[in-house]
Amino acid sequence: MQGAEPILSLKAVRKMFGPQAAVDSIDLDIAEGEFFTIVGPSGSGKTTMLRMLAGMDTPTSGDILLNGKRINDVPANKRPTCMVFQSLALFPHRTVGQNIEFPLKIRGEDPERRKARALQLMDLLRLPQSYYAKNVLKCSGGERQRVALARALAYDPQILFFDEPLSAIDYKLRKTLEKELKDIHRETKKTFVYITHSLEEAMVMSDRIGVMRAGKLVQVGTPQEIYSTPNTRFVSEFVGDVNVIPVTLGSDGLLHSPTGATYKPPRIPPGFRDGHLVIRPEYLKFLASPGEADNAISGSLYNEYALGSRIQYQVRVGETVFVVEKLRQQPFTGQLDDTVTIGWDAQDAILVTD
Amino acid sequence: MFKPMSAGFRSASPVLLFLLIGFAAPLLAVIWFSFMPPRSFSFGGAPTFENYRTIFESTTYISFLWSLGLAVTTVVLLALICYPVAYGMVRVFGKWAMLVTLLFTIPLFVSENIRLYGWVLFLIKNGVLLGTLKSWFGFELESMLFSVPAIILGMVYVYLPFMLFPMTLGISMVPNETRDAAFDLGASRWQVFKEVELPLSMPGIVIGFLLTFVLAIGAIAEAKVLGGQAVIPITQDIEIAFTYSQNWPLGAAIAVLLMLIVGVLVVLALRRFDLDSFLGRR
Repeated sequence: MQGAEPILSLKAVRKMFGPQAAVDSIDLDIAEGEFFTIVGPSGSGKTTMLRMLAGMDTPTSGDILLNGKRINDVPANKRPTCMVFQSLALFPHRTVGQNIEFPLKIRGEDPERRKARALQLMDLLRLPQSYYAKNVLKCSGGERQRVALARALAYDPQILFFDEPLSAIDYKLRKTLEKELKDIHRETKKTFVYITHSLEEAMVMSDRIGVMRAGKLVQVGTPQEIYSTPNTRFVSEFVGDVNVIPVTLGSDGLLHSPTGATYKPPRIPPGFRDGHLVIRPEYLKFLASPGEADNAISGSLYNEYALGSRIQYQVRVGETVFVVEKLRQQPFTGQLDDTVTIGWDAQDAILVTD
Repeated sequence: MFKPMSAGFRSASPVLLFLLIGFAAPLLAVIWFSFMPPRSFSFGGAPTFENYRTIFESTTYISFLWSLGLAVTTVVLLALICYPVAYGMVRVFGKWAMLVTLLFTIPLFVSENIRLYGWVLFLIKNGVLLGTLKSWFGFELESMLFSVPAIILGMVYVYLPFMLFPMTLGISMVPNETRDAAFDLGASRWQVFKEVELPLSMPGIVIGFLLTFVLAIGAIAEAKVLGGQAVIPITQDIEIAFTYSQNWPLGAAIAVLLMLIVGVLVVLALRRFDLDSFLGRR
């Protein structure tokens, strides 16, 4: 991903709505060919950011550079970029073929070449050729996704933007389409910039992920980095269930929780004084004796949940609930309300500052 | 098919009965009457084409042409006037759209005849417009009253809401994101309009066209009040046949012909602009 000049570059981009900064001083480089996903809860400014990148909004301050050229004031129809909308925004009065050919028609290409290109794209997206003359409203949800993507690809953009196109689709189909999208990315070698509120979705597809919160980019990294070394509690809590313990670093080099317990710390970030200890559920283990792990806690087994390939257990320690996950093949064989000991090795936890 | 005594049929029967008595029966009566001997007043006479022959041998076609011409002119002018206003109400005026809607709706609460006589006072020689011009600036113009333009002015004025509101609805049915998407795919403003906005707002436009056309071809008050005797529209011929000349069968025959012409034109228009396909039902 690194090396060459970034295809898209944001320099202190800010967008104000009244006194409110929807997007606040964002610096970001996106490399050519990258699948970059911006993740954030609703209201975090990710849609505003995408609209600025696509040319449907202009930044209040800062610069957006495409191939090194400032494009702040270039309108969307003059940018070599294209967006797949959340609603897909297909043209309901047109057939599948006419939808896909739209950008080519606008460009004034002759009908035969348009049709050839449309059929080629339909092949790439696994849409049957017989759909060419089908009314786009007669297509299923997944087919419409493909038509929308084919239409965007027909524009032959340098960058494709995606505004949560999969959010309204049921789980199973979404999982299929996520993988398909990643395959299309591989096939077309184009730069994809995707936004979603689901970090899980982002993890499946992306080369790199940027996490947004309240208009700011909190962390940028590979899915692996975001998962295993989140830099804030906010980021850590974004994927699945996590165990978060508020802690203060004591002079004894141990972490002290408000309940009086002490824990052996993982690698301590420089300057760390207090914050949270984050333990992913798969790193928590049931212990036969407290000595089997660096840190151990006793509690009672409250409930268990089957999550497909994994089983999640809830262990209550006083007021606090811990979640432990084990693979289905290696379930824990305790009874509900048993007193159990759970623990983790110091280096499997992460310390975050807020 | 539904069974005669299904709950649905029984529930619908009051409406069916009402339609039968209130709509189908008078229509059939008019059609039947058009085949009665001239100047007869009963349904009992021997059916004849005499009335239709009278119409085709007379100059009634001139009235037909005037009515059609006035209606088409009115519809075209309304389309030109209303599209920008409707577009503005949906996309530009924002919170002022409500006020504009009110301004266009309030006159509907006043009887059409009163509004038309208002125009007479406005346009008449020494009236509001010409009188003011004369006393303030000292020049005198001919009044446009009792002319074809005055009739068209009146019709455009009276039928404006019937074009404006369906159009507004049509334009508001165009999803914003399809506009954005077309623009994003490289379309110019004009191309967005031509390729996306106009076709997607077509249902509202066609409904506005049909509504105002049907109303305008049945117009009579504008020609009487604002047109004086400059033009006799077909509706006035029907009225004269039923009242002054006491020839009900002739009036009925003209009415039937008018219905036929309007019906054929509407069917042709609907075939050209298929509402269902616009709305994506096919």
